[in-house]
Amino acid sequence: MNRVTGLLSKRQFNIESISVGRTETDGVSKMTFVVDVEDERKLEQFSKQLNKQIDVIKVSDITDKQIVARELAMIKVLTTPQQRGELQAIIEPFRATVIDVSKESMTVQITGNSDKVDAMIELLRPYGLKELARTGLTAFTRGQQLHQTEVKPYSILN
Amino acid sequence: MRASTEPKPAEGKQQTIKTGADLLVEALIEQKVETIFGYPGGAVLPIYDALYRADGSFDHVLPRHEQGGIHAAEGYARVSRKPGVVIGTSGPGATNLITGIADAMMDSLPLVIFTGQVAKNVIGTDAFQESDVMGITTPITKHNYQVQDLEELPRIVNEAFHIAATGRPGPVVVDIPKDISATVFERDVKNEFHLPGYQPTVRPNPLQINKLREALIGARKPVVLTGAGILHAGGTEALKSFVSNYDLPVTSTLLGLGAFPGDHHRFLGMAGMHGTYAANMSLYECDLLINIGGRFDDRLTGNLQHFAPNARIAHIDIDPAEIGKNVPTEIPIVSDAKKALDKLNELEPATLDHAEWVEKLESNKQNYPLWHNESEDVILPQYLLRKVHQLTDGEAVVTTDVGQHQMWAAQYYTFNRPDRWVTSGGLGTMGFGFPAAIGAQIADKDSTVVAIVGDGGFQMTMQEMSLLQERGLPVKIIIVNNQALGMVRQWQEKFYDKRYSHSIIDTQPDFVKMAEAYGLHGYKMESIQEIDRELGGILNSDKPAVIDCRVVQQENVYPMIAPGKGSHEMIGVSKP
Repeated sequence: MNRVTGLLSKRQFNIESISVGRTETDGVSKMTFVVDVEDERKLEQFSKQLNKQIDVIKVSDITDKQIVARELAMIKVLTTPQQRGELQAIIEPFRATVIDVSKESMTVQITGNSDKVDAMIELLRPYGLKELARTGLTAFTRGQQLHQTEVKPYSILN
Repeated sequence: MRASTEPKPAEGKQQTIKTGADLLVEALIEQKVETIFGYPGGAVLPIYDALYRADGSFDHVLPRHEQGGIHAAEGYARVSRKPGVVIGTSGPGATNLITGIADAMMDSLPLVIFTGQVAKNVIGTDAFQESDVMGITTPITKHNYQVQDLEELPRIVNEAFHIAATGRPGPVVVDIPKDISATVFERDVKNEFHLPGYQPTVRPNPLQINKLREALIGARKPVVLTGAGILHAGGTEALKSFVSNYDLPVTSTLLGLGAFPGDHHRFLGMAGMHGTYAANMSLYECDLLINIGGRFDDRLTGNLQHFAPNARIAHIDIDPAEIGKNVPTEIPIVSDAKKALDKLNELEPATLDHAEWVEKLESNKQNYPLWHNESEDVILPQYLLRKVHQLTDGEAVVTTDVGQHQMWAAQYYTFNRPDRWVTSGGLGTMGFGFPAAIGAQIADKDSTVVAIVGDGGFQMTMQEMSLLQERGLPVKIIIVNNQALGMVRQWQEKFYDKRYSHSIIDTQPDFVKMAEAYGLHGYKMESIQEIDRELGGILNSDKPAVIDCRVVQQENVYPMIAPGKGSHEMIGVSKP
């Protein structure tokens, strides 16, 4: 982990997010990066530099693949008791849930791709965001790869 | 765990009780380590105790500063092509090794470095002589380990040697907490290893080899650039065959010198910032550039916008991440340099349509040779280096630091054989040359080893004269003494309007007396006549010597590609 993040800063890659976690295999972790790269060459370097690390078993670029990608965000919004119902109505279409309520705030949890999370945050912003935490994106390729139409930001799945 | 046919040990009672450090020593013996460059200290006391018990198993070289030790290990590794083994203690012991680790990383030298660490239960508490070796060495190692459990130790040692020496070589650090090396254990620890994330590609893809051959046949202006990858792979002979199969002109990177004979009629000289006119123009004008085992370093390419603008680029490298890193590459060949050349040599040789090109390069070579000022009395550094070549028949191992003396050595000590040239290329480390010469001499006892050093760099690691005294190693130290940090001074002269900010060091020790203080012969030479008269005898003696050669201070290295310029924009190509 240190090796990888150190490497990326040393080589001046712009990382938007990293998420790390254990996998189905003992001793093997999976890291998902969302990276901002200028061109194909930079992308190729990125993937080669990761591959070069002894502890990295596999690197795949899933930018142009069909993927399922999710991140989780927790948002603490300022609320008066009167506004609670209103907020419920906002978050409901996002299938977000309220996980904590206090006198002047409410904490909402949302899971989804980054655009969906962004969209809900924007809707909540006018109420006043007290705290915000996002996990970063983690992703899989879909079991079946259909023809890709939508252009996604570059990402690397390792 | 044992085959039932084997006699059973009497309930484990007969097994010898040993410590983790003994396990380490056994693993080193298994790796056929002969020489260790190490410095003891608190956290490696158990290891040193095990080395004491294993007396006679290794030649332990005790430098007088850890940096000297690791540079010596680098020199040893470069000349022997075996991993250099280094031991240092925790904290300052480890941090003193950092420059050498970074240097080995940049120049792809195989090192295995064992650092002591404070005991596991105090790691992270800012304990006495604690430093975060893993954190510090991560960006400058090929890989690093901290041993967490005794059981892992033999496996890690084996992995470390494997990683250091295979693929693109590099330094591997193994950090060993003191309690682990001190733990007593009963034998029988498995040491097989499994590195699923490390499988270097060493064989070339045949399709790419064919593509390169097709490109060669279509080329009118081909040129080969040799890098150190050829030396690491032992590919010199294969390269010679390849070059003669197609009658190709050859140029070299700094570290690739010696991969191809410097006196060969198709050799154009070194390319890069202080390369020859013929070499740099061949890179600029070629239509096919075949880089074998070089990494397109910025000192080679100059401004990338003007680098080989009309060429198709073929790049053979064992490290895929080097291909396309700096220069877009049309024909990438991930392979060990020798294996790729062998494959190329299996194909039918061809006569290329490149007579005009070869002729042009030849005329560049004749019309724009290296030049320098002349003198009848004071010593010009170029004269000195040429003389060193003559007096050692070009057979010596030559080591250098970084700077003017390094460039003059590269230009004027023509290397005709591989593994004779040990220099700090990528990192550009002052103080590298002399200790590297010690390691080189240990690896190659029969060769003349000459450390060409500047007066600045020598003062950074000159305490290692103790090792020459102690071992009688016949290293010859030639101080190219211009009483200045010559390359800094040259840049200040050229690019900072002669504002010589802190680059003139005219207060110096008496190097002859310094040598004598260490029981060595010291000589001071101030004229060509002295060089002509005495240097031969000194270089050919079997005694170590320190030769303080006073050279002209204002002498510059030419030709030069100024920073930011392209390889066709050299200055100082001809004598003004």
